[in-house]
Amino acid sequence: MALLHFLKPANALEAGGRDHLPVQSDAMEPELTCPECRRSTPVSRLQSRYMVCPCGYHFRMNARQRIRMAVDAGTFREAFADIVGNNPLAFPGYPEKLETARAASRENEAVICGTGKIGGHPCALFFMEPGFMMGSMGTAVGERITRTFELAYEKGLPVVGFTVSGGARMQEGLLSLMQMAKVSAAVRRHADAGLLYIAVLTDPTTGGVTASFAMEADITLAEPGATIGFAGKRIVEQTTGKRLPKGFQKAETVEEEGFIDRIVSRQQLKTTLVMLLAMHPAGGERT
Amino acid sequence: MNRIVGGAYAAVEAARSSSRPTALDYISNVFTSFIELHGDRRGGDDPSLVGGLALLDGCPVTVLAIEKGHTARQRQARNFGSVHPEGYRKALRLMRQAQKFARPVVCLVDTAGAGCGLADEQHGIGQAIAENLTELAGLSVPVISVIIGEGGSGGALGLALADQVWILEGAYYSVISPEGCAQILWKDPAKASEAAACLHLTARDALDLGVADRIIPETDFGKKPFYDSLREALSEEIQNLRKEPGLSDKRYARFRRF
Repeated sequence: MALLHFLKPANALEAGGRDHLPVQSDAMEPELTCPECRRSTPVSRLQSRYMVCPCGYHFRMNARQRIRMAVDAGTFREAFADIVGNNPLAFPGYPEKLETARAASRENEAVICGTGKIGGHPCALFFMEPGFMMGSMGTAVGERITRTFELAYEKGLPVVGFTVSGGARMQEGLLSLMQMAKVSAAVRRHADAGLLYIAVLTDPTTGGVTASFAMEADITLAEPGATIGFAGKRIVEQTTGKRLPKGFQKAETVEEEGFIDRIVSRQQLKTTLVMLLAMHPAGGERT
Repeated sequence: MNRIVGGAYAAVEAARSSSRPTALDYISNVFTSFIELHGDRRGGDDPSLVGGLALLDGCPVTVLAIEKGHTARQRQARNFGSVHPEGYRKALRLMRQAQKFARPVVCLVDTAGAGCGLADEQHGIGQAIAENLTELAGLSVPVISVIIGEGGSGGALGLALADQVWILEGAYYSVISPEGCAQILWKDPAKASEAAACLHLTARDALDLGVADRIIPETDFGKKPFYDSLREALSEEIQNLRKEPGLSDKRYARFRRF
């Protein structure tokens, strides 16, 4: 049986840091074991139910899976894929990290942007990619998301964005920090035009992404059980000097604290998005 | 190489020194008639964020300043300059007030990072910073931010999405603390000095990267001529910015470069 059952992550962020490895069962079909209920479910079955365990636990999904889940089939047009990170500060080891991330995620950066339809409503879209350096935000990620908001501004489109991120990418230093300002300014301009922005916060959404565009939407949705916060758990624990309460930084707690509009399961997500989009006639104030 | 490595971290350590002038020293020496305004109108008042009205060369401005304190007791009372959500929301309220009265905003930034206690998370520290960023992006009044000591990550940026960002010669500005970076990359906070060198966080680096527009020399540091020349520089820049139409568009363009 799989030894992976016994490898407990040190914290939720770490648990989210890599894909749950499929476990080879006797039946030969790959299975995933739920960290909540410990039940193993064949991957094919999970895929047919948006990677949600029968107990309700939401497994990590990559950006392409999310696109298939949320966007009307055949309507997604990827944009800005030619914008990629390099190593602006000549940070040691960073080119190797980028290479590993590219190989592991089969994406060239930590966000996929574009346009597409959701329930027939045209949208500008971004999907952050957890398999790429934990969705960390460097200049390329910031630039792609900024252009997504600019494109939406020009075309009078709503933006629907899925966040998952460990925060700013420290290998690009201050330039990563500046992405928070750049994207925020683009969000503001889009908002001032009366256009809708819906953010869907998925596990984990932390650091500089939480302190910028994840928390700047008109409507903020979150997936059940997602870790949502600013500082890392260990830092908060050190600062506070005691054990953190149950449910700390969990979407359900953050909703109670008043920072999320709704927690929406994946089975309900597309319906919810379509309803919200339908209530915001395209173009908003500008029509 | 070693000297350079030591250099960046030495700069961080110097910027953290409790003997450096803090925001209140600037407030009393650069401005006149400072009137502190308290509270976020949401149930809190954070002493680490000092806000209010003052005259700069006779002209009313809104001052938003992160205060660390000098003595151990002061530093504790000011949460060592780590601003709570209540502090960012007080700043937000005063930014809106500045906008209403067409008053320029001067921010003095000195923080190792935003508050990272349990209550900070529960009260939405990330959301508070995010809201300040979108608010600053939309202001049509001049905004100048001066990093006077530590420019620690999002906590600093929450007061630094400005038309002009200045940095003291001995200050630093970084996406993460060198210790935090060393811990994440090498699992060893003792390698902070290597991390500091890699992060390009000195005043000179910030200028070279275009993140800062000007380095403020520390000649006669903390003495009258130092404050006089800073007052003169701020006053002159505010006059220039006031003449420019479409400040929020220019601010957009400034950050769009990155």
